[in-house]
Amino acid sequence: MPYCTPSTQSPRETGKSPSVEAAHPPASCIGSDCTTNQDQAALLARAQAGDHEAFAQLYSIHKKKVFSLCLRMVGNVAEAEDLTQEAFLQFHRKIDTFRGESALSTWLHRLTVNVVLMQLRKKGLQLNSLDEIMEPESDQRPGRSFGAPDLSLSGVIDRLALQRAIEDLPAGYRLVFVLHDIEGFEHNEIASLLDFSIGNSKSQLHKARLKLREFLLNRPRQEARK
Amino acid sequence: MRESAHNLSCEEFQAQLPDLIGSGEEIDDHPHLNSCKLCRALLADLDTIAQAARQLFPVEEPPSSLWAHIKSAIVFEEAATSKNGQ
Repeated sequence: MPYCTPSTQSPRETGKSPSVEAAHPPASCIGSDCTTNQDQAALLARAQAGDHEAFAQLYSIHKKKVFSLCLRMVGNVAEAEDLTQEAFLQFHRKIDTFRGESALSTWLHRLTVNVVLMQLRKKGLQLNSLDEIMEPESDQRPGRSFGAPDLSLSGVIDRLALQRAIEDLPAGYRLVFVLHDIEGFEHNEIASLLDFSIGNSKSQLHKARLKLREFLLNRPRQEARK
Repeated sequence: MRESAHNLSCEEFQAQLPDLIGSGEEIDDHPHLNSCKLCRALLADLDTIAQAARQLFPVEEPPSSLWAHIKSAIVFEEAATSKNGQ
């Protein structure tokens, strides 16, 4: 069967089929906001039987969330495109192994995280190493806060500045921060995914947040200098 | 334990913060925080950052050309599999 071109509009955009999952989305869920679970189950069954059009529709449903996840994790559009492609190729290769123990969106989320991590390892980011390898250079480390006079962010954060700060985090910090604070993974899950200790996960997350705070606090001064 | 927590310096308290925060337990009433404005502000800021981050990233659309790449890669893989199977 020839491949069709997936719809550029999701059913949400066209006003069709409210989502079952979207009403109660799990924290680490991707896709699924376009069709009912039954629709997706039917599509999945067809795709598993080799129906290319059904796979194209599954791509259409999940593409935004997969791409966005890749983009958050690597902070680079071209890399995120490559990783999205690889994630969907893996999805296609492994589609027969999906047995429905979890939601397809959750399964695809895990698969995508693993694809990104595998790629980062290939590129030399040694995630299974100890703190010193995850640590950025000493001049990039977040400072401790004792003695700093002007601490408060006053509960107000410039969203663009925070987004830029996250993108600029050293790779190890960004990974743990994105997985925990944005994607909703627990420390034990992150430790398992990245093959290091739970304590290391907690420590990396804390340092990432400190680094972001430091950036946000220093930003007005940097802008004043400009 | 409670007694020694009262006497923590900021440096000692902040060294324990990753574990304290990561434990998921309520730490707002930690004895050190009752007497330390600096660490209270630090904790509030970290919480604000974590909450802001959750609402931060918009869902992005991949370029429309991406599907064509994926499609041809799948067709190529299927052809290779079919060839090897013969």
